[in-house]
Amino acid sequence: MKEEGNLENRPSNTAFTQQRLPAWQPMLSAGVVIPGFLVIGLAFIGIGVGLLITSRSIQVLELDYTGTETNSPCNKCTTLPIQNNCVCKLNFTIDTLFKGPVFFYYSLTNYFQSQRKYGASLDYNQLSGDLTYFKSPASDCDPYRYANGKPIVPCGSLANSMFNDTFKLYQIVNGKENLVPFDGKGIAWWTDYNIKYRNPDYSPLENAFNDTEKPVFWSKPAYKLDTSDSSNNGFVNQDFLVWMRRAALPNFRKLYRRITEGDYKDGLPVGNYSLEISYNYPVKSFDGTKKATFSNVSWMGGQNEFLGIAYLAIGSMCVVMSVVMLIVYAKFRFPEDD
Amino acid sequence: MTWRSPLALMRDAILSQKAREKELRSLVSNLPFEGLGKSKQPNRFFKSNAIKTNKYTPLFFIPMNLYEQFHRLANIYFVGLAILNFIPVVNAFQPEVALIPICVIMFLTALKDGWEDFRRYQSDKKLNNTPCLIYSRKEKRFMERRWKDVRVGDFVKVVSNETVPADLLLLHTSDPNNVCHIETANLDGETNLKQRKAISGLCTSSNVFEPESFNWTVVCEKPNNNLNHFKCFVEKPDREKTGAGIESLLLRGCTVRNTEHSVGFVVYAGHETKSMLNNNGPRYKRSKLERRLNVDVFFCVLLLFIMCLIGSLGHYLWLKGLSDVPPFLVSDSKGHLDSPGLSSFYMFFTMIILLQILIPISLYVSVELVKIGQIFFIVTDVDLYDEETDSRVQCRSLNITEDLGQIEYIFSDKTGTLTENKMVFRRCSIMGTEFAHKENANRLALLEETTESEENVIFSQPSPSSQASWYLEDEDFNPVDTHHHGSRRRSKMAVNAQSGMAFSSPLETQVIPDEKLLQQISRSERSSSRNSDPYMDFFLALAICNTVVVSMATTQRPRVRSSSPSHQTYNSLESFSSLVKRWNIFDTPKRNSSPIEDSAGDDANGVQPCSSDPVTLSARPAAASEDLCYEAESPDEAALVYAAKTYGFTLLARTPDSVTVRVPSGEELVFEVLDTLAFDSNRKRMSVLVRHPITREYVLYTKGADYAIMELLGTPYAEHLSGQQKKIATDTQYHLDCYAKDGLRTLCITKKIVSGREYQSWLVDRKRALAAIEGREELMMDSAVQLETQLTLLGATGIEDRLQESVPDTITALREAGIKVWVLTGDKPETALNIGYACRLLEEEDLVINMSCKNKVTCISILDCTLEEVRRFHADPRNVDTTQKISLMIDGDTLAIALSPDLQDRFLDLAKRCRSVLCCRVTPLQKSRVVKLVRDKLKVMTLAVGDGANDVNMIQAADVGIGISGQEGMQAVMASDFAISRFKHLKKLLLVHGHWCYTRLANMIIYFFYKNAAYVNLLFWYQFYCGFSGTAMIDYWLMIFFNLFFTSTPPIMFGIMDKDVSAEMLMGVPDLYRTGQGSGEYNFLTFWISMLDAFYQSLVCFFVPYLAYQGSDVDIFTFGTPLNTSSLFIILLHLGIEIKSWTVVHWIIMLGSVALYFIVTLAYSAICVTCNPPSNPYWILQNQMADPMFYLICIISTVVALLPRYTFYVLKNSVAPSPLIQAKHLDRMKPSVREMWMKEWRSLRGGMEVKESRLSTPPSPTLETSVDFYPGFGDAASFVGDDLSLNVLTDQKPVDT
Repeated sequence: MKEEGNLENRPSNTAFTQQRLPAWQPMLSAGVVIPGFLVIGLAFIGIGVGLLITSRSIQVLELDYTGTETNSPCNKCTTLPIQNNCVCKLNFTIDTLFKGPVFFYYSLTNYFQSQRKYGASLDYNQLSGDLTYFKSPASDCDPYRYANGKPIVPCGSLANSMFNDTFKLYQIVNGKENLVPFDGKGIAWWTDYNIKYRNPDYSPLENAFNDTEKPVFWSKPAYKLDTSDSSNNGFVNQDFLVWMRRAALPNFRKLYRRITEGDYKDGLPVGNYSLEISYNYPVKSFDGTKKATFSNVSWMGGQNEFLGIAYLAIGSMCVVMSVVMLIVYAKFRFPEDD
Repeated sequence: MTWRSPLALMRDAILSQKAREKELRSLVSNLPFEGLGKSKQPNRFFKSNAIKTNKYTPLFFIPMNLYEQFHRLANIYFVGLAILNFIPVVNAFQPEVALIPICVIMFLTALKDGWEDFRRYQSDKKLNNTPCLIYSRKEKRFMERRWKDVRVGDFVKVVSNETVPADLLLLHTSDPNNVCHIETANLDGETNLKQRKAISGLCTSSNVFEPESFNWTVVCEKPNNNLNHFKCFVEKPDREKTGAGIESLLLRGCTVRNTEHSVGFVVYAGHETKSMLNNNGPRYKRSKLERRLNVDVFFCVLLLFIMCLIGSLGHYLWLKGLSDVPPFLVSDSKGHLDSPGLSSFYMFFTMIILLQILIPISLYVSVELVKIGQIFFIVTDVDLYDEETDSRVQCRSLNITEDLGQIEYIFSDKTGTLTENKMVFRRCSIMGTEFAHKENANRLALLEETTESEENVIFSQPSPSSQASWYLEDEDFNPVDTHHHGSRRRSKMAVNAQSGMAFSSPLETQVIPDEKLLQQISRSERSSSRNSDPYMDFFLALAICNTVVVSMATTQRPRVRSSSPSHQTYNSLESFSSLVKRWNIFDTPKRNSSPIEDSAGDDANGVQPCSSDPVTLSARPAAASEDLCYEAESPDEAALVYAAKTYGFTLLARTPDSVTVRVPSGEELVFEVLDTLAFDSNRKRMSVLVRHPITREYVLYTKGADYAIMELLGTPYAEHLSGQQKKIATDTQYHLDCYAKDGLRTLCITKKIVSGREYQSWLVDRKRALAAIEGREELMMDSAVQLETQLTLLGATGIEDRLQESVPDTITALREAGIKVWVLTGDKPETALNIGYACRLLEEEDLVINMSCKNKVTCISILDCTLEEVRRFHADPRNVDTTQKISLMIDGDTLAIALSPDLQDRFLDLAKRCRSVLCCRVTPLQKSRVVKLVRDKLKVMTLAVGDGANDVNMIQAADVGIGISGQEGMQAVMASDFAISRFKHLKKLLLVHGHWCYTRLANMIIYFFYKNAAYVNLLFWYQFYCGFSGTAMIDYWLMIFFNLFFTSTPPIMFGIMDKDVSAEMLMGVPDLYRTGQGSGEYNFLTFWISMLDAFYQSLVCFFVPYLAYQGSDVDIFTFGTPLNTSSLFIILLHLGIEIKSWTVVHWIIMLGSVALYFIVTLAYSAICVTCNPPSNPYWILQNQMADPMFYLICIISTVVALLPRYTFYVLKNSVAPSPLIQAKHLDRMKPSVREMWMKEWRSLRGGMEVKESRLSTPPSPTLETSVDFYPGFGDAASFVGDDLSLNVLTDQKPVDT
């Protein structure tokens, strides 16, 4: 006979092993969810209204300068064979004050920066300033790895296809063209400029690029990208960095300059303007368009009404649902749901 | 060791292979060859005793484990994909990275395998180094060696309480009778002692055994795994053969008891021993859910294929749509671009790599982990623990837990499964006179009540004189609060405390003798013909005709448990024993002279080793007989021996060659046992041939099933009774029928006097049969049948086998759960029917169709007519829902006809319209055929439950086999998937654990598919915006982590711990079990609905950020981060909707997963500047988290994605709640209110049935011969009070909130 308590195999009688842990058992029934729906609905409507107002307050001006239409001033640049220094001018008028700070973007459509092999076609080690990769770039860079027997720096399709249109904005005051100053500093991510992309520790920078070739499509080597500012050259050139951050979607815009200085600090005043474009980048091959975009920004970024509308719609739906739930609750409630 | 040429080694290998494959093996002693080289050893071809159960060696672990793992198709698939990724034209990621998931999974699996294997290695090592004694010729004595040193042909000495190291042919024991007692608990769990007999013909006069003189050849069969069969003969140098069987074999793993030492010759060693051959490890069954899962994996493959095709086609169209070569199209190093067709062909494979996780790689591993967790919770359930035997439920199959929740048919054995299999002698009939043993019946009732009243006040009005209460014990004893549970049970335990030992509880051992019978015996005692008096013969037969082993309480084996009955029951027992004493006043015994030494010519029977001196035996104090302990292989035998003891016929000793019985006169008769014809299921009887010590007659006592005996009856018992013989048989048959109706097990007892000549001629055949190796069983049986003819009927016994506690309640609950219960039993129809009523398998108002016919033609017509009746009954619009009101009863012969291929469809059609089916007198093979038929033809989930060897076939045939570890050994348990100790445990095992396991796993798997589909689709939608080029907008490491770490534990926890409805509700309302039956919760519809939901959610999750970022300067990973984050929230909160009850574990894991995501992603984004090129997530999440848009996007996409499912659930639960939801509602109420509701729920169903049955008219019994009504059959049915079913709910656990 077994002694009491000598039951070796007896399972331990704890709440866990007996699956009796105290538990919260949410009951998904109409009565319970009414307040939830109502609160979420109202909150969403509030957010939606806020978003919509913010989005509406943002001004956007888009100028298509692809030049496919024959009456477009830039049409002349598309017909020519690829060449440098085709300049076209776009005139436009601003009716109300374009509040500052104004951001100036270039937009491309139908451009697949997200293409996998295109995105992979670079060498991060090279771009972080490692000189060994100057001599032998990664194989990912093919077919823009070597040119004329010399390694290409920066190698790869992504760098090679860098956007090279340049813009100048003039305000036409009494027939005279006033240059609107562009601010090209800090348009790229801080981390890109300071950590991810590094120039080799050479002074002058040019020497580091000895025995290398500039990318095939480029008109000037990397160390000469910005002639006015020596610190804006090489891999940490702001335009280069902006380009290298690949756009997620085929229709995208990229920040080109900001208008933050001088008379235009508070925005672009009413008046006639002229945008001088040096038209270099071909878009015919991908049936794309090029646009110049002026926009001011808010806390939610650029203009986009979608989120505001979505929040409003879902919020109202939740409110409606809570009414429906109320009806359902009245009709079908459990007798014990008191 | 000397060097040997490889050629010789090879030759040896081939030779040894040949030697092992041979049907017969000749073994000789190793001793003459001791010290010689290995090549000289005669038994060198056979395996050594060292065992190795570990699969791997340290050196080859990696290749071998890889080989094992690649047996899984899924693993090959993923490795194939990883390899595909190394092909430059199609790769989607960094090739090395693609290997990570599969490597992690395989590494984890390898770790698990390795650990298990190491444990096996350690246990092997321990076993191999256990000391043992081997004879050495050099030392001339037994030397201490290790188990691994034992070789075939060695002589091994085993001392008492030691474990046998290998299969030994017993040659010598210290016992004067040359027997050895062993306990086989390690092998089959049977705790009773078994006798093994040293091989005859070797016995030397001296007490010391000389191994060196052993010069015989042992010829034995090829090793096999049958524990109960062994065929071997020993050939002496003079060509004389002596047969030996299992009775001379000590199996490895057995323990020697009560025998000082014994010496054996090693016949099988190591892996060739029977115990090792039986050791197959856990079995792997594929559950229904897993079969369904594989179909859905296939669907996923199809889906993946379609998606890849779309991707590839899209890529083609995209390339075609480009008028020129744009700058973002990258050519190869030579500036050459593939044609659109070729690159879209490559793109197809890239897409497969990109979207591969649509096939859930971790699903299989997760399912395995979940099942381990589920098994843990089943095994640790206190309610499934049996205190009497100190055993938990065992899960022997590791991967069919969820099948428990889908059972539709239960096939149950009767004896030992529904009943206790604790036999109590109730009544007997001798020479046509019935002895009702009324006091005995009263005593049983009384004994029940004393234990009953202690713990159960519900039955406050016991009726001491009624037989009714015997099975009411613990009727509605639902496990309440487990704290009280134990203490309450204790008193009951005390009664049954000794039942762990073989059948020695007072209930079973003590019988109050019938007064009339006592007088009859004392009359016979005085009569002149006392040596051939039928009454004396009857009890002698009871005492002799069995295989019961007698052990003295004083010389017990060490593990014996003390046997003092606890004080609760002591009083009743004391009064009882005084009662016995009163009856036990016999006339002063006349001393007979001690048996004359025999001189008959039976020298052929081998040596007569033991002179069991009757004088010394009788010199023992009379009190010694009180300490006798009977150990029987079957409980019936023990019950009969105890009954005989009550009437003064005390079995004192049994050796293989003699039986000592003390008769009421006090003298001790030593019967020489000439042969024992053991019981087998074909003959259904056993016989013992003895030589009467006084009359010197050869007497054959046979006992067996009545139908097996009645046809063998021959000449009248004695001349002067000649006219009555027939009358006795008829009377006895009548009594047998009465017993059977009372639910008693019946046995017929017969006697036959064999003439000396007849015996001698039979003996020749018998010896031939014994020495045979080919067809030995048949020959043995034939020889037995040859002798068992012309028997004289002495009488019959009725033994009661009490119903286990809570059986009716369990069966009622199972039936309410929509499970059909069939009982398959070898018993008589009447017994079966009675038990059927007693355990509420049949109800009083049931229509019982009794099918019994002898030939096929009548069987067909009966089947057709019955079917027609039943169909008409069902077609009657008034009986729409009363399918369950008909029960079928069929016997073995009819079943054999009904199972024939042309009739089985009709039989099944009939059977499935019946509520319950009783099959009686079925053989083990028929049991499994019935199970297979139902399983295959009706396509339902079947469960078979049984406790004995005869249920093994059935248990293996069913989808789920359950063994009850009871009195009949462990064979059923060994074959089973789950082993329980009481039938009532089935209720919780199925209704609660089955339901939970199924619901959890089903929902977990659906969720897993959903999870992967939802995530992968994000990538798919992005392909439309990257020219179908296979770009991922999420860093690949984070994608891997997402599946491996961030979202893997919640579903596993969900699969192990979710609780849709409380255990109390599931037990209280068995109706809830129906949700799992049939296709259950995991079916075609639920799978595709969740896949559609996955598509919807991924659309929302992708296009909300898309529309929000449209036209902006967002870069790829900045775009991917809110996608990844909101999909994490969607996937986790989706699970949150599915989780029915949140415990602290749920909260920790859910919140932990979110925290882990942010911590890992933030850390990774902060550290990884140029790692894993070309993708580069540096500082992305940090940037995003500083932007309010990120949060706004995440919130709205999460809400929009989950809103439909959430709303749907809410509306469904409110408008049309499923039974489970209703139950959940009840769960939240106060216990008292809840019980009221539960009762109402149950009675709603029950009440409906009653009402309808009143309306309906049962079919008229047009076939009087075949269709029988049993309205309120027998008295057993009337025991079933209504209060039983009502009380079921009274003891519920308080709710946990």
